Amino acid sequence: MASTQVNPTRMELTRLKKKLVTAVRGHKLLKDKRDELMRQFLDLIRENMELRLKVEEGIKAANANFVIAKASMSNESLHTALMVPKQGVYLEAGKKNVMSVDIPVFEYKTRTADENDIYSYGFAYTSSDLDGAVKSLADVLPDMLKLAEMEKACQLMAAEIEKTRRRVNALEHVIIPETQESIKYITMKLDENERSTQIRLMKVKDMMLEQAHNYSDKIQGYPVEIETVS
Amino acid sequence: MYKIAVLGPYDSIYGFSTLGLDIIPVQDAKTGAETLRKVADSAYAVIYITEGLAAELADEIEKYKEKMMPSIILIPGISGNTGAGVENVKKCVEKAVGSDIIFGEK
Repeated sequence: MASTQVNPTRMELTRLKKKLVTAVRGHKLLKDKRDELMRQFLDLIRENMELRLKVEEGIKAANANFVIAKASMSNESLHTALMVPKQGVYLEAGKKNVMSVDIPVFEYKTRTADENDIYSYGFAYTSSDLDGAVKSLADVLPDMLKLAEMEKACQLMAAEIEKTRRRVNALEHVIIPETQESIKYITMKLDENERSTQIRLMKVKDMMLEQAHNYSDKIQGYPVEIETVS
Repeated sequence: MYKIAVLGPYDSIYGFSTLGLDIIPVQDAKTGAETLRKVADSAYAVIYITEGLAAELADEIEKYKEKMMPSIILIPGISGNTGAGVENVKKCVEKAVGSDIIFGEK
C-alpha cells in the first residue's frame, strides 16, 4: 500500500531501488548483530546471576557477623575502631568493545601493598568477632567488583539488544515492505503510462493514415466494387 | 582513578569502610536522591546501594542504567535480602529477550 505519496517517476524508482538494497543489507547485518549480541548476553547474564547470588550470600553472612560483633562491643568503641580506614581501594577503569557496545573493565588497586591490611584498629579493645566480620566482608569484595563490572555490561548489552531488535523489526516489517510496495506501484504506473502512450501513438498513426489515404472511403467502396465484379 | 561508594543506612554499610570503600550514610529517600546524584557525578565508578534505599530511588537509578559510568549495584542491607537485585537481573533478561526465558521457571 502506497500510504505515503510517491512520485511515479523513473528517478524516484531508482532512488527507491537503491534504498531497498541498503535496507535489505542493513537488515541482514543488524540481524547478525542482534543474534551475536544475544548469544553473548545469555552467557553473561547466567554468569551474572550466579555471581550475584554468591555475593548476596557473602554479604548476608558478613552482615550477620557484624551483628554478632556489634552485640559484644559498645557502639562507641565499634565506631571508633572503624572510624579511620587503613585500606583504600581505587579503580582503574578501561573499556572493552563487545559488538559496538562499550562495556567497562575495572581493575582495582589497594592503597597498601598487602590486600589483607584491612584491620583499622588495634586488637586490644575490640572483640574477635569483629575481625572475623571484617575478614568475611573483605573476602566478598573481589566478587563484588566483578559483579559491578558484569552487571553493568549486562545492562548496557540489554539496552543495545533492545535497540537493535527494534531496528531489525522496523526494517523487516515496515521499511522493506513499504519500499517494495512503492517500487511495485511506480513500476505499474510507469508501465501503464507506457501502454497508454503506445495506444495513443497507434491511434494517432491511424488517424494520420486515414487523413492521408482516405481508407474509410475505400473500404466503403470495396463491397460495391466486389459486388459489381461478381 | 576512580573510587567506590557505598550508599545506605549507616547500620547496613559501616563494615565497608574498613575495606577502603567510601561509605555515605543516607537516611531517607529525599536526601538519598540528591546524594546519589552528587556521588554519581563525581569520580565514583561503582556505587553500591542497599536494596531498601534503592527501592525508593528507582527512578534515579534508572537514569544511570544506560550510561557506562557509574555502575550502580544493589546489595542486601542489614535487614535482609529483598530479592530486588535478582529481580533486576531478571528484568535485564526481559528487556533483552522480550520475556524472561532463563530464570523464569525458578
